[in-house]
Amino acid sequence: MGLKEWIEKPAAHVAPGEKSLSNVLRGAVARLTTPLLPDDYLHLVNPLWSARELRGRIVSVRQETPDSATIVIRPGWGFDFGYAPGQYIGIGLHIEGRWHWRSYSLTSAPTRDDKVISIAVKAMPEGFLSSHLVGGVPEGTVVRLAAPQGDFVLPDPPPAKILFMTAGSGITPIMSMLRTLDRRAVAREIDLPDVVHIHSAPTAENVMFRSELERFDATHDRFRVHVRHTREKGKFALSELDEVCPDWRERQTWACGPQQMLDDITAYWTTEGIEDRVHLERFAVSRADTSGSGGTITFAKSGKTVTVDGATTILEAGESVGALMPFGCRMGICQTCVVPLEKGHIVDLRSGKEHAEGERVQTCISAAAGDCTLDV
Amino acid sequence: MAITDIRAFSHLTEDDIVALANEFDAIRRDVENSRGPRDARYIHSVIRLQRVLEVAGRCALFGSRRRSRWLIGTAALSLAKIIENMELGHNVMHGQWDWMNDPEIHSTSWEWDQTGPSEHWKRAHNYAHHTYTNIVGMDEDVGFGILRMTRDEKWRPINLLQPFANVVLALTFEWGIALHDLSAKKEAEGVPPAQWNSGPNREFAVKAGRQVVKDLVFFPALTGPAWRSTLSANLTANVIRNIWAYLVIFCGHFPDGAEKFTAEHYENETRGEWYLRQLLGSANISGGRAMDFLTGNLSYQIEHHLFPDLPSNRYPEIAARVRALCGKYDLPYTTGSLARQYWLALRTIHKLAVPDRFLKATSDDAPETSSERKFDRWRPDVPAPATEASTGRHRGLLTALRVHAEHAVAERRRRRGESRRRQRSAAV
Ligand code: FES
Repeated sequence: MGLKEWIEKPAAHVAPGEKSLSNVLRGAVARLTTPLLPDDYLHLVNPLWSARELRGRIVSVRQETPDSATIVIRPGWGFDFGYAPGQYIGIGLHIEGRWHWRSYSLTSAPTRDDKVISIAVKAMPEGFLSSHLVGGVPEGTVVRLAAPQGDFVLPDPPPAKILFMTAGSGITPIMSMLRTLDRRAVAREIDLPDVVHIHSAPTAENVMFRSELERFDATHDRFRVHVRHTREKGKFALSELDEVCPDWRERQTWACGPQQMLDDITAYWTTEGIEDRVHLERFAVSRADTSGSGGTITFAKSGKTVTVDGATTILEAGESVGALMPFGCRMGICQTCVVPLEKGHIVDLRSGKEHAEGERVQTCISAAAGDCTLDV
Repeated sequence: MAITDIRAFSHLTEDDIVALANEFDAIRRDVENSRGPRDARYIHSVIRLQRVLEVAGRCALFGSRRRSRWLIGTAALSLAKIIENMELGHNVMHGQWDWMNDPEIHSTSWEWDQTGPSEHWKRAHNYAHHTYTNIVGMDEDVGFGILRMTRDEKWRPINLLQPFANVVLALTFEWGIALHDLSAKKEAEGVPPAQWNSGPNREFAVKAGRQVVKDLVFFPALTGPAWRSTLSANLTANVIRNIWAYLVIFCGHFPDGAEKFTAEHYENETRGEWYLRQLLGSANISGGRAMDFLTGNLSYQIEHHLFPDLPSNRYPEIAARVRALCGKYDLPYTTGSLARQYWLALRTIHKLAVPDRFLKATSDDAPETSSERKFDRWRPDVPAPATEASTGRHRGLLTALRVHAEHAVAERRRRRGESRRRQRSAAV
């Protein structure tokens, strides 16, 4: 181990996006603040002065449509602006004493220049966090962030011919891609690739980013947007593709929207034998069934799955298929069995409380509420 | 032998115990459903206070050659360490704040300011101690492996050193805990205790190393010419924290009235009996809000053992409900001042240092352990469990204990009278 690594060691797990000099400093000071990090003291002064965990501050909330808004966030230390257009981030808000986590697609183009990122959020009728974000999160609020991730991304350089198919808030990851294409075109003085974008929304006023789409359409010859107002004209049928975009089979397609639409697209592309040309983003908007009706549990690390009823604890379920699960008391008091819930919902059998993705749950007293994935 | 049948001991019927379990479950549910911003604010302000105190203490020690600065710095640092261990480390690692979903205040990520790694401690404490509370032979915290705290354990010559071992344990408590947890961890992982480079050993060495170097090398070195006094200040703060933690633990577990149990009892334990064991196995410390705060609310040891993962700031209100339940079911609620509780623990430590033949009581009826057999002698007079139909009040353990105590006192008086009579007649 070199001297630099040795100094850095206590802070080695912190802030992969940080410059290494600051981590050397952090490591050195951490020998005085051990078992904490200097960040644990600094963030008492300014909540953004911590790279122990990503944070950000909401700088503006802009109404997009009556029920959606763009949230602009200035990330604190350690955030990596080198994300790929189409990726999503985890965001945590402190409401009523708890942190609530959700994932949202980034709508901003990755660039270090303006030091901010944005997401667009559509208020879901029963979505506690989304309504809070759209309807009333004050500017200046500090949020926690999880690093950008996801492989629904636009490559650089992009393919020559592209088809985007979106519906509702499925447009958000595509927005990041469009803005990125637009920026690159300006910066590198190149043409946009040939892009056709088919987007569906109930009415004109429900179209997120409408004016921006219109502006792109007006300024770029090679970008064409086709907006479908479904309340008037009904759903966009895939058989209409031949008419709207006759060369769709030759294009690389990125699609994002409701489950049904994505399933239809998969089937359609498969019959054409070109399923390798379509990229899908599935938003898991499935709500928990709090009756604890069970579901299929996936244990991510061991790759095992098991389908169980709503009375079987996750711990028992894991053990029944040989997934390695930590446990102690098996009665909910020792916290040995706590593991992160990656996807889906679980319900606490003692209190009936529901837990969602991004939370850590006690597997010995929890059961699946629908399909879920645990990080063990 | 310690309690083997908690139902007989508690003088409650099977139905009573089921009802009691439901009442305890209701307390848990109510508190869980009402956790909110007020509680979150509480823990955040405790964290802020602790960190400010620590920084202030360390800063003051830059002038530690001045006596006043030494005193202020040491006091602030001791206080910071006490809060860090009791209200923060212990409670956070119990998962009391996991509901906030905050990765920085979470049982899975908290590392405390003590020589033992959190991971080791959680295994020994949260799991072993809290699951097998006071079961002789299963809960290693009964005496921490070096003190004989119940006559259920066989006397060994080494126990003669108990008074001395007790003082050493108090002064070096964090090390005692760390080594205790280390061996528990080794056992859990099945590594040979003597293999020096095993995983647990390495984790221990890294953690303890960092702690020692921080307090005894880096900070003294930073204060330059004042290094000597800073070193003594840091050592003092650690020792003060050690003594305090030791006191709180001993007063919560070893005063008379904190019962012990046998492994037989555990085998078929119901949920209600589990609650009863926690209730009868722990002891509280009475005192004001300051006492509650400094003990990390472990002055509510009984409530903590009943609900180890509910937020500590809620223990006072839980205690009111637990006390009411004890009244209703006629159960004892062991509490007393710090001085009293410690005196009782201390008495046990010294008494049990000597072989059993010098002791009068048996393990069925001793101040520090008793069993359901303790009532056998006056069985016909100890009333059977019953519920008063008119008031719904139960007759249980407390009544039985009272009758038992009255008989014991009467018998003692009778014996004393007899021996005096004998002496008198001998003199004549
Ligand atoms: S195993 Fe002890 S809390 Fe789950």
